[in-house]
Amino acid sequence: MKSFTGKTLRWEWREGVIELTLDHEPANEIGTAMLAELEKFVAAFGALVPETAVCIISSARKSVFSAGGDLRELYATAAAVPEKERSAGVRAFLERIHAVLNALDTAPFVTIAAVHGACLGGGLELALACDMIIADKMARFAFPELRLGFIPGFGGIPRLKRDLGNAFIRDLLFTGRTVNAARAHAVGLVAQLAGEGEALRIARSTAAQITKYDALTRASAKKFIKPIPYDELRREIDLFCELFTRPAVMAALKKFVEDSGPMPYLP
Amino acid sequence: MRTLEQTTQEIIELATEHFRVPRGTLAPGDDFFKKLGIDSLQTLEMLSRLENHFGIELPDYEVQGVSDFKTLAERIQSRL
Repeated sequence: MKSFTGKTLRWEWREGVIELTLDHEPANEIGTAMLAELEKFVAAFGALVPETAVCIISSARKSVFSAGGDLRELYATAAAVPEKERSAGVRAFLERIHAVLNALDTAPFVTIAAVHGACLGGGLELALACDMIIADKMARFAFPELRLGFIPGFGGIPRLKRDLGNAFIRDLLFTGRTVNAARAHAVGLVAQLAGEGEALRIARSTAAQITKYDALTRASAKKFIKPIPYDELRREIDLFCELFTRPAVMAALKKFVEDSGPMPYLP
Repeated sequence: MRTLEQTTQEIIELATEHFRVPRGTLAPGDDFFKKLGIDSLQTLEMLSRLENHFGIELPDYEVQGVSDFKTLAERIQSRL
C-alpha cells in the first residue's frame, strides 16, 4: 500500500521515500486508534521495502510532534476494569506498541523523525526508534513518566541507553524536565538541528542524499551499528506493569486527566 | 550583565512578539497564563523561546508556579 489516510495518521510513498505524517487531535497522543494504524503501517513494510530507502516521520499538528501515550484513554481503560485485571490490559497494549517500534527500529531502510514542538514520553520513544532525529530549534524532549509514578513503557529507556548511555537518561527520567533542541543536539539525541519550521524540509533533503547509496550496504550498516536491546525491552514491559498497577499511579493519572492547567505534565 | 528590569523587559518583548499581542499590553506584574490564555504546548514554546534567546536552560520545575514576568525574570537571572 503506497499511500494511506487514516483517522490518526497518513503515509505516502514517493521516489523511494515514505512520509508518515501523524495527525491526531489534539497532540498526536498514541492510544489504541493510532496504534492500530501504526500496525497497519509496519504491516505494509513487506511490500514497500524493495523500493524504499528512507522513511520520514513527522507531525501535522501545530507545536507538537507527539505528546506521548494517550493517558486519558489509559486511565479510562484501567479504571473501567477490576484492579487485578489492569496489568494484563496494559501489558497487551505494550506488547503491541513494542512490536511496532521494534519493526520500525529494524526496518531495512533509514528512518528519520522530523521533530517540531513537544516530543514527550511515548512521542520521544517513537522518535528514538528512528535512526536519526532532525529537530526544529523550538522542539522540546522529555520523559515525564516518573512524575506520574511509572516509567516510559514504549522502549525509551533501553533505546536511549543504547544510543547515549546512562547519564542523560537519568537527568531526563529523574527530573521529568523538558530539554530544548540545542541541548538534545549537544548530547547526541538530535542528529541535525533545523531552523523554525524547517525540520521536514531538512529531513527531505537528507533523505534525497540517503537514497543515492546502495540498498544492501545501507541495510547491512544499519544492522551492524544498531542492535536491538531485546532483553532490556522485555524487562521494561515487566517493570512498567509492576509499577502501573499501584493505586498511587491511578490517583496520579486521575489528577493528570482532570488538570486543565498550563503545565499538566508536572505534578 | 543584564539588570532584572532589562531581563523582564526582554521577556515581555519576546512574549509580545511570540503571542502577537499589541505592544504595551503586557506588564511585569501580569499573570501571563491569565492574560495570554496559553495552554501547555504554548507554555513549552515560550520556554524554548526564552532558552534560545537567553542561551540558558530553564528546567520546568524551576518555573512551576511562576506566573508573572518579574518572577520569571528572577529565575532567568539566576541562570545567566
